[in-house]
Amino acid sequence: MTLSYTRADFQTDQEVRWCPGCGDYTILASVQQFLARLGRPREQFVFVSGIGCSSRFPYYMNTYGMHSIHGRAPAIATGIAVTRPDLSVWVVTGDGDALSIGGNHLIHALRRNVNIKILLFNNQIYGLTKGQYSPTSELGKTTKSSPFGTIDHPFNPVSLALGAEATFVARTLDMDREHTQMVLQKAYEHEGAAFIEIYQNCNVFNDKAFIQLTGKEERVHNRINLEHGKPIVFDEGKKAVVLRDGQAVIVDSNSVDPGAILVHDETRPDPSVAFALSRLSHGPYGPTPLGVFRNVSRPTYDAEMNRQLEEARAQRGPGDLSKLIRSLGTWTVDEGGEITEG
Amino acid sequence: MAEESATDRPQTQTQTFDRLVIRFAGDSGDGMQLAGSRFTDASALFGNDLATLPSYPAEIRAPAGTLPGVSSFQVQIADYDILTAGDEPDCLVAMNPAALKKNLKDLRDGGTLIINTDAFDERNLAKAGFESNPLEDGSLDSYRVIKVPMDELTTEAVRETGVTGRDVLRSKNFFALGLMAWLFGRPTQPTLDWIEKKFSRKPEVAAANAAAFKAGYNFGETTEATKVTFEVKPATLPAGTYTNITGNIALAWGLVAAAQKAGLPLFYGTYPITPASDILHELSRHKNFGVRTLQAEDEIAGIGTAIGAAFAGCLAVTGSSGPGIALKSEAISLAFMLELPLVVVNVQRGGPSTGLPTKPEQSDLLFSLYGRHGESPVPVLAIASPSDAFDMAIEAARIAIKYMTPVLLLSDNYIANGSEPWKLPNVDEIPPIPVKFAKHPNGPDGKFLPYMRDFDTFARPWAVPGTPGLEHRVGGLEKEAVTGNVSYDPANHQLMVDSRAWKVANIANDIPEVEVEGDQDADLLVLGWGSTYGPNRAAARRARLEGVKVATAHLRYLNPLPRNLGDVLRRFPKILIPELNTGQLLKHIRSEYLVDAVGLNKVMGEPFKVAEITDKILEMKK
Repeated sequence: MTLSYTRADFQTDQEVRWCPGCGDYTILASVQQFLARLGRPREQFVFVSGIGCSSRFPYYMNTYGMHSIHGRAPAIATGIAVTRPDLSVWVVTGDGDALSIGGNHLIHALRRNVNIKILLFNNQIYGLTKGQYSPTSELGKTTKSSPFGTIDHPFNPVSLALGAEATFVARTLDMDREHTQMVLQKAYEHEGAAFIEIYQNCNVFNDKAFIQLTGKEERVHNRINLEHGKPIVFDEGKKAVVLRDGQAVIVDSNSVDPGAILVHDETRPDPSVAFALSRLSHGPYGPTPLGVFRNVSRPTYDAEMNRQLEEARAQRGPGDLSKLIRSLGTWTVDEGGEITEG
Repeated sequence: MAEESATDRPQTQTQTFDRLVIRFAGDSGDGMQLAGSRFTDASALFGNDLATLPSYPAEIRAPAGTLPGVSSFQVQIADYDILTAGDEPDCLVAMNPAALKKNLKDLRDGGTLIINTDAFDERNLAKAGFESNPLEDGSLDSYRVIKVPMDELTTEAVRETGVTGRDVLRSKNFFALGLMAWLFGRPTQPTLDWIEKKFSRKPEVAAANAAAFKAGYNFGETTEATKVTFEVKPATLPAGTYTNITGNIALAWGLVAAAQKAGLPLFYGTYPITPASDILHELSRHKNFGVRTLQAEDEIAGIGTAIGAAFAGCLAVTGSSGPGIALKSEAISLAFMLELPLVVVNVQRGGPSTGLPTKPEQSDLLFSLYGRHGESPVPVLAIASPSDAFDMAIEAARIAIKYMTPVLLLSDNYIANGSEPWKLPNVDEIPPIPVKFAKHPNGPDGKFLPYMRDFDTFARPWAVPGTPGLEHRVGGLEKEAVTGNVSYDPANHQLMVDSRAWKVANIANDIPEVEVEGDQDADLLVLGWGSTYGPNRAAARRARLEGVKVATAHLRYLNPLPRNLGDVLRRFPKILIPELNTGQLLKHIRSEYLVDAVGLNKVMGEPFKVAEITDKILEMKK
């Protein structure tokens, strides 16, 4: 059934309480617009979040939702997805929630390929606790909890997801609604776990962290748009990406044979090239790929679990409780105290 | 020294007892758990009442021949309805010096010792810390000792069966079992049938085990290893069909039954931990019942997936033991705040920390009652015996669903791995568990109000995703009464804390009153919870044989407590509370009812001996 929705149908009557100017507003609008366009009944969506600024998201979505505890959203969403394959289950999380306290749940949801869509709002800072460094903050960053600069080497979330055997990995930007919705569409169509890193500006504690990708001057030079089946070129065609010794390297386009330019194939079974692309940048500080890094097919955990249930029913019939409690062998005492096996 | 020894016993062929305690002890690799459970099943078929107590090391294979590597299995068989696995063995099988060293102190004076003499070489004696050979130094003179070269006789017995190498001595436990079958007059056919079925894919192993078993039996018969054999006549159990059941299996089956009775799919999200893992193993076999099990990446994910499944409309369960429950604590409070049905099983073991992973203890009671942040008074139920786990699992599910709350269900290692005969219920007579999923908006203007409470139960509606028109958000932030919107209003928080507490306290009106058993006019009440059920009642029985009046009562509901408990406690001038902890129910009862109860406490990784409680009763009656 396709319904006719507008964005307003996915808005709740609750006042949205992010700071004015926060990138979360744009992402919320993108997601609401995207869902409205899908036309799928609203009650079939579930949004699960953990703790942090981004995790307030479910309160503003007029779908089913749960604002849970710090880091655990992928586990809770897994419980929903495996028991209810009829639902579309989404996780909204942040860099602290998903990569620090909840790192374990994230990687295991990805390797199991549970049919959930994970939106990681990466602002490279702890916002809700007012400005401590996060697992994606750049090395040396001065924050409230690192007055002498951080000594923590950051994660590259896309590399991490690829290393965790994810079947769908993408990156997008809060400001670019069109790109965001393109990625959401592909994630939605993907059967299995989808991981989307969304660069999200925190204008209070980490403003302009993504200026290299959002600034009018800078973005032209630094956005590497990954498009399936197309050679990877950027900076108005002046720069290109080639593979050398397994590494992705940026070169001047006119310095190489056009045939040597890497053609993006998100469906490559082996994740090595996707990983190489993810290493082009360690953060939004220079040329950085955006788009779908990897999109491959593997049986989903929930489908496999349900397949085993169906096979067991087909082989053994529906469960018979009376037989079950007799399955370890029985003996019967009759009224006369006589005992017989069985 | 025993007053009676083997030599001056009357030379009768068979001595008859009303009950006997038998313990098989050997190295972890000697197959003692198997020998014990086969002996148990044969005894059940013979008609004895029985109870078992396995004991095994936390290490999978501690170095062979050492004291930490000793594994044992105790069973009490009786011609009447017994309540425990017994205090002191009357008969001990010791497969090596370490098994003898570790278990001899428990053997009754004058008891029977069956020893595998082949294992008593210098090396094994040294490993067990014997300075001289107990078989030769006279230290076993107060026992009836049956010396058997089991390695040699087993090797001889299996010679024709085709097993070679290490497999030869693997059948040693069946030799010991055969000898015990002769000594205690157990039927042999059930064991032979079992061997044939169990090892049907390895015919040579089946043949070897059967040969060893028969050789052991024949050894007793032909050599007259002892002049005396033992007999325990069948008990007169009520008519019915029985099975021998452990607490973990009964609990798993109870959950399956609860799901069927509620008409909900069962979901079990968990992480492996001793001694709770067998619940996962059992449930994962029953996929044709629609049971989904998920072995999560950690304890928190175990409960996380269960909370998700509960939101999605399943009978959701997570299970663990103390350390794992500690990790789940934050999530239990979330489930309490979300007001979703969830059963949390805690198979308690010795703590704190890794503690004694394979030993029973009741030391998580206060943790269960109080061990969460914020005001979160979760219902707490406790299983009394292995077969009781079936009923209590259903009860935990009933309360969770009816009141939309997480429920803690306490077991312990004695219940989980101990076994007893269970008279099977007629499953059609188990009452259904009504489930009322919200289907329509419950507020004005077609609005859905997720925190509008039921007038009687104070439960909020359970509206599962996929239901049109009931889209709503739940979460850990405090919710406004009725609407469920996020609220920081001071008066609302007071109202919601009070509402949640009242909802749980009100369950007292929906659970049975506590019953007083035994002498109603006694001045002493023995009060228990959990696995002290058997020992407490057995001790009261023995005390009555000494001519004293004593009553017992047992708590299956720890929060809320039965509504008549205060009145019951005030009827008795003296109250004794035996517990396998340092006095947790004692503290709770004293604080709740201001009664001057007395504790009997031990934390030695083993259940109470009946005599320990009897002695305390007699002391208090002086």
